[in-house]
Amino acid sequence: MTTTQAVDPVFKFLFGACTVLLLGITITMIYFVVRYRRSKNPEPTSQVAGSPLLEVVWTLLPTLLVIGMFYYGWTSYLSLRTVPKNAMQVTAEGRMWSWNFIYDNGKSSPKLYVPVGKPVQVNLISKDVVHGFYVPAFRIKRDVVPGMKNHVWFVATSPGSYDLFCSQYCGTGHSAMISTVEALPPAQFAAWLGQKPAGVGAKGQELLQRYGCLGCHSLDGTPKVGPTFKGLYDSQVKVTRGGKPETVKADEKYLRESILDPGAAVVEGFPPIMPKTEMPEAELKAIVEFLEGEK
Amino acid sequence: MSQETAMAEGGFWRDTGRTGIGAWIFSTDHKRIGLMYLYCVLGFFLVGAFLGLLIRLELMAPGPTIMTAKTYNALFTVHGVVMIFLFIIPGIPASFGNLVLPIQLGARDVAFPRVNLFSWWLYATGAIIVLVSLFTGGGAPDTGWTFYVPFSARTTTNVSLAVFGVFVLGFSSILTGINFITTIHRMRAPGMTWTRIPLFTWSLYATAWVQVLATPIIAITLLLVVTERILGLGLFDPTRGGDPVMYQHMFWIYSHPAVYIMILPGMGVISDIIPVFSRKPIFGYKMIAFSSLAIAAAGSAVWGHHMYTSGMSDTGVLVFSFLTFIVAIPSAIKVFNWVSTMYKGSISLEAPMLFALSFILLFSIGGLSGLILGAAATDIHVHDTHFVVGHFHYVMFGGTGFAFFAAAHYWLPKYFGRRYREKPAIVGWVFMFIGFNILYFTMQVLGMEGMPRRYYDYLPEFARLNFVATVGSWILIAGVIIVVWNLWHGLFKGEAFAGNPWGGATLEWSVATPPPTENFEEDPVVTHGPYDFKGAGVP
Repeated sequence: MTTTQAVDPVFKFLFGACTVLLLGITITMIYFVVRYRRSKNPEPTSQVAGSPLLEVVWTLLPTLLVIGMFYYGWTSYLSLRTVPKNAMQVTAEGRMWSWNFIYDNGKSSPKLYVPVGKPVQVNLISKDVVHGFYVPAFRIKRDVVPGMKNHVWFVATSPGSYDLFCSQYCGTGHSAMISTVEALPPAQFAAWLGQKPAGVGAKGQELLQRYGCLGCHSLDGTPKVGPTFKGLYDSQVKVTRGGKPETVKADEKYLRESILDPGAAVVEGFPPIMPKTEMPEAELKAIVEFLEGEK
Repeated sequence: MSQETAMAEGGFWRDTGRTGIGAWIFSTDHKRIGLMYLYCVLGFFLVGAFLGLLIRLELMAPGPTIMTAKTYNALFTVHGVVMIFLFIIPGIPASFGNLVLPIQLGARDVAFPRVNLFSWWLYATGAIIVLVSLFTGGGAPDTGWTFYVPFSARTTTNVSLAVFGVFVLGFSSILTGINFITTIHRMRAPGMTWTRIPLFTWSLYATAWVQVLATPIIAITLLLVVTERILGLGLFDPTRGGDPVMYQHMFWIYSHPAVYIMILPGMGVISDIIPVFSRKPIFGYKMIAFSSLAIAAAGSAVWGHHMYTSGMSDTGVLVFSFLTFIVAIPSAIKVFNWVSTMYKGSISLEAPMLFALSFILLFSIGGLSGLILGAAATDIHVHDTHFVVGHFHYVMFGGTGFAFFAAAHYWLPKYFGRRYREKPAIVGWVFMFIGFNILYFTMQVLGMEGMPRRYYDYLPEFARLNFVATVGSWILIAGVIIVVWNLWHGLFKGEAFAGNPWGGATLEWSVATPPPTENFEEDPVVTHGPYDFKGAGVP
């Protein structure tokens, strides 16, 4: 049984019961208002002030109903929590404001590629604040809490692209922290998983992905939370350094500083919110080389 | 203020030793304090509503519409903080509670009039601190009104001052609670037995206990956030042995019961209005009074239903889901009793009654969608989506907000000696009711489709419904403007209002209009129940 199949019948039952109750209350109210309106019923025709029998009835019936609702909701919740034994493991790293999905063979990707028909357990890790892993199509959601090891599972039954949202508010780029689940036929997935990225440039791009840079900086010229990388290298950038405006050339020295200590010189028109990042010299070099290629 | 005093006639408006603004801000008269709260909470309601309107404008179309993401995040935070801490929590209890409660009990004032005035000062101080925090330091907080760590501990916005303001507001709430509890226990007139206490005052009694018992917890929690920010204690930082989920528990241990601080007084208002406009005793008086206490008690143990997805244990989910469904029962009992009260009555659909009946409908929709959120499996899908936003606006605005306006139309003419015009009130109500449902029902549909809350931007598939919701917000705000303008204009310049035209049997309708400073010429002796219209000699 998929997670969607576990949850949807509960939705149907609850919405059905709620609609019946709401209609009952509304129709009775409207009937009373029309039937006993003052113009037609100038004096109340009863002064009844209660009925122990009715009170018992409308205490007991709702009690039974809500206990039924509780039980049904709880048992279906258990199937969301019970991961099938053969589930494939993927780690999801959330950071402000991007996702990175890491597979057992070390491959990582900004989109969550999964094989159709195979249960997937996603282990949730936060690099900074609380995020939320939410895929509406599979009815699953779990907070991504720093210092905690949460997980969810799901199985995609047909190939396709499904929205993946951050559901727990995490700051300026919260609504941009979205990705997709890409469900591929198993053979296609295996081929994707086996693919090695080629060339120096590709490695730089992969690093930008892994460190979450691309959540805020685009490669195609569109400004996001931060300035775009396109045409950045060697361009003239207006920044604020120590409270004073100045224009600098975006050379290797500037780029290294901006990655390691982003608060030192903040580009005009953008908020000073980028977190400091530590990375090995080789990776820093690869990123700077990649950015040079994006002139 | 002096201008307003000149317009109103007699009663507590005139009898004061002081003149000018001092006659208000240093007055210990519960009615003057109630009115000062009323002006403040109504003002903050309008500010909050305006911010809500801006939020909807931004969401009218995908992509940046009228503001940046940073501004948007600050906006929904301030909207939440203003509406919750400055409008709804003090809303009905502090304004109408102060105006009505002592008279309903047959008392000359609350038990501690000076403490009552001090509560208002604390409220005003807290409100000013919150307002100052918006324009100083790093700017308006952008954490959401929930102030979740670790984000609230690391954001550069002015969170520390804002939560300190809320801390001060909490003391105002606690002191009002203590005052009301004592007044109800000690200040009842001869003959005012516990089962003759009007249900509005009963609801305030249940509310007051929650205020006194739960508020200290939010106070200490917010103080911990401040120490986390200033001293870096690491209480909620997992890399230093802290726990962010611990914060969520502490926050909701108060903030869920606070929902009942918000809704119980609204239920009390409805319980007083429906019998009067049906000319029939309330159906099941004891059940309604008892269910208020049951909600207050059981509601204190359900906070974890805000946290099913947090990583809390499955046992926790089991317990909190079960308790949440238990709280639904007393709420259902109330609804059935209100509806039954109208059976074979003589129903007049005047403004207070219209607002009261729409309360039942909107509160029911909110309550029933709460069942979807209470069930463990279905909550997971709609948690942190627009479904939740729609749900709590149904309960808080459709419930408490509509009850607030019901109370305003019902009681304020008694205190001002003038009344609003009926027709604009009804036109305003129609706009509010229609706009409200377009706005918030659409939000629930959006949530079912998977649109998360607190989203500055959204995918194209959500565009159509977001546009519809925004149009709803315009209709709603038009209704609010008509209703508030009509009230304001009527109460200061409208026709004279005297005596007991609606035929209420509770004590506030037996005193002069407007009530004198000490409420009663002679201490009353109560000989009949609050909804015994014959016993009260009402035609």
